[in-house]
Amino acid sequence: MTALAAVLVRDARIALRVGGGALMGVLFFLAVVTMVPFALGPDLALLRRIGPAILWLGALLASLLTLDRLLAADQEDGSLDLLLLGPAPLELVVATKAAAHWLTTGLPLVVASPLFGVLLNLEPAAIGAVALTLLVGTPALTCIGLLGAALAVALRRGGLLLPILVLPLAIPVLIFGVSAANAAVVGPLPFGAPFAILCALTLASLVIGPFAAAATLRHAQE
Amino acid sequence: MALIDLANPTRFLALVARVLPWLAGATLAAFALGLGLAIAAPDDYQQGATVKIMFIHVPSAWLAMLIWAVMSIASLGTLVWRHPLADVAAKCAAPIGAAFTLLCLFAGSMWGRPMWGTYWVWDARLTSVLVMFLMYLGLIALWRTVEDPSRAGRAAAILTLVGTLNLPIIKFSVDWWNTLHQPASVFRLGGPTIHPSILAPLVVMALAFTLLFVTLHLAAMRNEILRRRVRTLRLMQAHGA
Repeated sequence: MTALAAVLVRDARIALRVGGGALMGVLFFLAVVTMVPFALGPDLALLRRIGPAILWLGALLASLLTLDRLLAADQEDGSLDLLLLGPAPLELVVATKAAAHWLTTGLPLVVASPLFGVLLNLEPAAIGAVALTLLVGTPALTCIGLLGAALAVALRRGGLLLPILVLPLAIPVLIFGVSAANAAVVGPLPFGAPFAILCALTLASLVIGPFAAAATLRHAQE
Repeated sequence: MALIDLANPTRFLALVARVLPWLAGATLAAFALGLGLAIAAPDDYQQGATVKIMFIHVPSAWLAMLIWAVMSIASLGTLVWRHPLADVAAKCAAPIGAAFTLLCLFAGSMWGRPMWGTYWVWDARLTSVLVMFLMYLGLIALWRTVEDPSRAGRAAAILTLVGTLNLPIIKFSVDWWNTLHQPASVFRLGGPTIHPSILAPLVVMALAFTLLFVTLHLAAMRNEILRRRVRTLRLMQAHGA
């Protein structure tokens, strides 16, 4: 338990320090949201209608951007080998690393999304819905990305490959995240059904992601 | 002969050399029969001759799913049983699967143009197949990233199995997404259930496609084994020099 706590604190500290890149995701998120009106035109009614989708897409892309560092940095300096040899179960270690990663890169996206929602002329209800769905959905994105990061480490140079492998697996999260956010604003469907499925997807990825990532790392060592 | 006997690549190659001509012949015969039946099949009273695209489209879709299943079993073989040929089987199936998925999308698109007036709609089924195509391409890209086949094999096996877990979820989500956005407007064929005159060529064509896959897969596996041998020989030569 102390080992896991140490991993969590260490990863969070590294991410927040110089060169850690914790806020890169948020900056990229802001950049994506800024690009959208340039592409679609400054029509506030249109932006309000598609705002939840843009925020979700931006958050998805921003969470992909930082995944590369989730395990690769540890592999470069050798600490990943120590973690593999250590007594703590690898599944829990990678889950802890994912949690630290989410706290430093996923949570800032959730916190920033209301501000970006204002930029896109969203109503307060929609802003709340997007923030809530992102809060529930971004851990799933991190856990799915965890597998991608483990594959990238196993392949030594999978950094470029990572988004291609991860994006198809993230489609259900995107669908239900955007649907729940939209349902809260315009209906006609109730908010509860897609939101519950989004929660289920997150819970499932919380299980599958660490196990698959740990298996990948173990096999990569052989 | 048990599966474990084939763990020896030389024995596998001998078996392939023995069965491949027969399989190729059977494929040709099945295609001759299937295409003949397909040409002889009556036109649909609504769709005319375009209904015959189905004889390419449906078997390709069937193979797209079958080949993913073959890759999943091969991945289990890699991870669980450590069968030496399992990763060869998985690797060789991926490009063939991608090709049949693309063929399915292409034939569907050609069929969609006269029937629906557009090459592409974001229908649930089309979208699921497109996502599957993306996943095939991702796997192929993964195989092509690493030159050491055994390391790439295990990584690809895990990705394949996670993909297998995810494919039904993706299918379900896409169905859900589509019914939300666009209630059934396109896939309302509404015709009678499939008539025997069309069903017979379809079944024969499906058999022909499956035989084609088996033939191509075995040939590709043979080539991959030989390729790996060449690679090993070259490495040995380089080390020896």
